[in-house]
Amino acid sequence: MDSFQETVFKLKKYWADRGCVIQEPYDIEVGAGTMSPETFLRVLGPKPWRVGYVQPSRRPADGRYGDNPNRLYKHQQLQVILKPTPKDVIDQYLGSLEAIGIDLSKHDLKLEEDNWESPTLGAWGIGWQVMLDGMEITQFTYFQQCGGMDLDLCPAEITYGLERIVSFLQGKESVYDIEWAPGVKYSEVRYFDELQLSVYNFETADVEMLWEALKRHEAEAQRLVDGYKLVEDPAEKRRYPLLGAYDQVLKCSNLFNLLDARGAISVTERVGVIGRVRKIAVGVAQAWVDQEPFRTMKEVA
Amino acid sequence: MLPFFLEVGAEEIPDWMIPAALEQLGKDFQAVLDGHKLGGTVTRTDGTGRRLVLWADGLIVRQADSEEIVSGPPKGANPKAVEGFAKKNGVSVDDLQVETTAKGEYFTFRRQVAGRATGELLAELLPDLIQKLNFPKSMFWTGKGGPKFIRPIRWIVALLGDDVVGFELAGVTSGRETFGHRRLGSRAAIPVTIAGYESALEENFVIVPSAARRAKIEREIQALGAVQADAKLLETLTFITEYPAAILGGFDASYLTLPKEVLTMVMRFHQKYFAVSAADGSLAPNFIAVMNIPSDPEGHVVRGNERVLRARFNDARFFYDIDQKRTLTDRVADLANVTFQAKIGSYLEKTTRMVALAQELGGEDAAAAAYLAKADLTTEMVKEFTDLQGIIGGLYIAAQGGKAEVAKAVYEHYKPLSMEDSIPSTATGQALALADKIDTLRSCFAVDMIPTGSKDPFALRRAAQGVVKILMEGELTPSLRELCAGDAKLEEFFVERLKHYFREVKGAAYDEIAAVLAVGWADVKDALARLDAVTAVRPTPNFEPVAAAFKRIKNILTQAGTLPEGAPDASLFNEAESGVAAAAEQAAIKDGGYAAQLERIAGLRPAIDHFFDEVLVNDPDPVVRDNRLRLLNQLITEFSSIADFSEIVTKSL
Repeated sequence: MDSFQETVFKLKKYWADRGCVIQEPYDIEVGAGTMSPETFLRVLGPKPWRVGYVQPSRRPADGRYGDNPNRLYKHQQLQVILKPTPKDVIDQYLGSLEAIGIDLSKHDLKLEEDNWESPTLGAWGIGWQVMLDGMEITQFTYFQQCGGMDLDLCPAEITYGLERIVSFLQGKESVYDIEWAPGVKYSEVRYFDELQLSVYNFETADVEMLWEALKRHEAEAQRLVDGYKLVEDPAEKRRYPLLGAYDQVLKCSNLFNLLDARGAISVTERVGVIGRVRKIAVGVAQAWVDQEPFRTMKEVA
Repeated sequence: MLPFFLEVGAEEIPDWMIPAALEQLGKDFQAVLDGHKLGGTVTRTDGTGRRLVLWADGLIVRQADSEEIVSGPPKGANPKAVEGFAKKNGVSVDDLQVETTAKGEYFTFRRQVAGRATGELLAELLPDLIQKLNFPKSMFWTGKGGPKFIRPIRWIVALLGDDVVGFELAGVTSGRETFGHRRLGSRAAIPVTIAGYESALEENFVIVPSAARRAKIEREIQALGAVQADAKLLETLTFITEYPAAILGGFDASYLTLPKEVLTMVMRFHQKYFAVSAADGSLAPNFIAVMNIPSDPEGHVVRGNERVLRARFNDARFFYDIDQKRTLTDRVADLANVTFQAKIGSYLEKTTRMVALAQELGGEDAAAAAYLAKADLTTEMVKEFTDLQGIIGGLYIAAQGGKAEVAKAVYEHYKPLSMEDSIPSTATGQALALADKIDTLRSCFAVDMIPTGSKDPFALRRAAQGVVKILMEGELTPSLRELCAGDAKLEEFFVERLKHYFREVKGAAYDEIAAVLAVGWADVKDALARLDAVTAVRPTPNFEPVAAAFKRIKNILTQAGTLPEGAPDASLFNEAESGVAAAAEQAAIKDGGYAAQLERIAGLRPAIDHFFDEVLVNDPDPVVRDNRLRLLNQLITEFSSIADFSEIVTKSL
C-alpha cells in the first residue's frame, strides 16, 4: 500500500514523463489549484504549456475543526494543465490512475457531466466529474473562457482530489487515518491546521481588519491594472508588474472567503463583493494577454 | 441499393442529451437522402455516451442524371447579351433554345447534369450534418474558432456498403475503425463492417442497443431486490453506461433512523442508486448501483460504493444531530438574516405576511404552519440538501413533538412542483401552500419583478400555476381576484395561467376558454364548471348558430352606440319579437346545471332565426328601433352569465 506522499510522487512522475513541468505549490493562499498563476495566467494566450503541481487549497467555510472524517478546511489538489489538449487526454488520465495502482478492469469508472464555473475569475469550462466506484475523484475540465475571454487553445485541466483518492487506495474511512508517510498519519501532519484555523476562521478572525485588508488589496490591484493602461514604451510594458497585481487579486479572494466563513457577508453584499474581485481578476487577465507580445520579445538592450 | 452506416465517436456525452441528438441525426440524414434524391431510408439510430450511431438502407449508388433549365435573356434582347449568356454557360448561341413562358419568349439553355456518386456527395454533406446537431451547451476543444460539439469528437466510422465515405471533421478522418469499452475493450482500433458492427462491439464490452442495456439493467435490479420504480434514473443509467451491470450493496441498519427522504435523496440524486424496499414497504438497508463493467467478482465496486455511501450518511447524521440542538420555533428569529430577495426583504418578513394570509385562508393550524414553514432554511440539512426544504421542516416539527396537522402542512407546502404533481393533501396544507405562493407573487409583482419571455428566475409561473391547481382541485374556495389584492398585472398573469391550465390539463379550445373567462374568473371552480358545460353543449346542432346570432346581436348593439335604457315595451312587439321574448323567458329558467341552461339557450335558435328573418332592427321609427335594441340588449345581458358567446369562433360568420 502506497503512502499519501508515495502516490503524489507517482502522479508527479507520471505527468513529468508526459512533458509536464512539475511545479511547487503557489505560495499565496488560494481556494483551488485553478487560481495559481500556473493555471489562471498560463491558460491565456497562444503559448503551449504543460504543468503539474500539488496545490493546498483553502476553503474556510468547509472547515470542521478536524471533527469530520471527510471535510477539510484545507485539502490537497493535484492540478495538471495540458495546453493544447492531446487527443488521447482521457486515456492519459486513465493511465495515471493505473499508475497509482487502480486496476480499471475491476473498478467502475464513469465520466458524469459536470461543467465548472468560477464567477470570481470570469472562467468556465465544460467537462465531467470522474466517479470511481461511486466516489468523485477528479474534476476534468476543458477550459473555454478565463478572465472573461475565449481561450486560444482550450486546455484540459485535470484536478485530482488527493485525500479522496488516497483514502480510496488505502481503504480508510477517515482522511485523518490516511498514512501520509510510512508510519505517519495524516492527522499527525494536518490535524492542528484544521482545528486551529477552523477556530480562527469561524470564531476569532477580526472582521473589521479583514474588510480593511480586502479594501487595501483591492485598491492596490486596481492601481496596478489602471497603471498598465498608461504605459506605452515596450520595454516598460515588458517589465510592468502584472504578476504583482495578480497576487493582490489572490489576497482579495482569500479575504472574501474568510469574511464569508465568518458570516460577515450578507447575501445581498455577496454578489457585490464577488463582482469587485471579478473586476480586478478580469482586469489582470486582459492586461496579461495584452502584454504577451512584449514578454516574448527579446530583452531590450 | 446500398446500406449506409455512421458512428460518431466522442468523449462522454451527457446522458440526457443523447436521445434528442439521435432523433435529430435520423431526421437530418433522412432530409439529406430525400433532398439529394439518394433513395434510402434511415432504419435506426442508437447510441451510448461515446457514440451516436445511424443505420440507413436502400441508397442508390449514384444519383440519376438530370436536366437543369437555365433561363436567359428575352428573345428580343441585344444579341450581345444573348452571346454573353451562352458564353457564361460554356456553349454557343446555337445550343440555346427559345422557350415560351407565361412572361413571354426567352432564351434558355438545357444543361445536362450528371448524377453524382452517393459516397462522394455524402462525404461533402456529412461534416456539416454532424456539426449542426443541436446540443444545449457545446464546446471548443481544438481552440477558439474551431469546431464545436457537445464533447470532443475522437473517431468517425462512415460506410456506404463496404466502402468508407471519407471526410474530415475537427481533425478526425472518417474510416472503418471503432473503439470499444474504455478499459475492457481492445486498446487498438477495431475495424468493422456494417453487418459485423454490433457483434464486434459486444465482444469489446459495448452493448450498442440502448433498449438492450435498459432491459439488462431492469432485469438485474429486479433480481436483486424490490426497487422503487424510477424511470428517470433508469434512463440516466442506460445512457451513462456501455456495458451495465447491477450490484447490491448494503448499509448499517442504524442509518434507517434518519428520515427516509434524506436517505433516498442521497441514494438517488447524489449516488444514482436505486433504493430498495423491505417486505413491509419500508426502506431496506440496501441499495442497487449500476456499474459500467460486467461484473464485480472480488467485490471491489460494492465495497467502494458502500464506503462512499457510509461517508454521505455520516454527513447526514452529523447534520441531523446538529439540527436537533435547536427547535424550529427557536430558529424562526434567525430568518431575519436570510434574504428572501434583496428588494423585498428577509424570510422573517415573508413569514409574518404568510402567517396573516394563512390565518385568513385556513385558520389557526395554517397560521401555525406558516410561522414554522421557512425555519428549515437555517438547518444544516437543508443547506446540504436544498431540494428537501419543506420536507425537512415537516419532519423536524413531527420529531420535535409538533402537531401532526401542522407538520404535514409544512412537509407538503412546496407542492405542486409541476402540473403533474399532486397538491397538498389537507386543507391546512393547501392554505399554507397558497399563502406561500401568493405572497411570493404579490411581493415580486409589487417590486416589478415580473416574468418576461423565458426569463422567470423566481419561477413565478410555476408558483401561479400551483395556485391555480390548488384552487381547482383543493377544498378551499377563496376568490382568486381577491388573492391578487388589486394588482392588475398579477390578475392578468393569473388569467394567462388559467388559460394554460384549461388548455393543457382540460384540453379545451381557445375560443371556449376565452368565452368562459370573459364572463369571470374570480371563482375558478365555477369557471371550470362553465367551461365543461360549453365543451359539452358545443357539439349540439343549435349551439354554434346561436353563438353566431349572439355575435350578430353584439355587433348591432355596438354599432348602435349609446343604448336606450330600460326594459322593452311588450305592447310594441310584433309576432317575431314576442316569439323571442317568450322563448327567452323559457330559456331563462335556472334549473339544472350550466349544461342544461346552455341547452335551453341554444334552444332559442328558431325564435332568433325567425326574428332576424322578419325584423329589421334599424326601423325608421325611432321608438320601434329603440324598443328592439332594448329587447336585444336584454337578451345578451340575460344569457351571458355562463359564457360570452361572441368569443366563440363559428363557421357561419
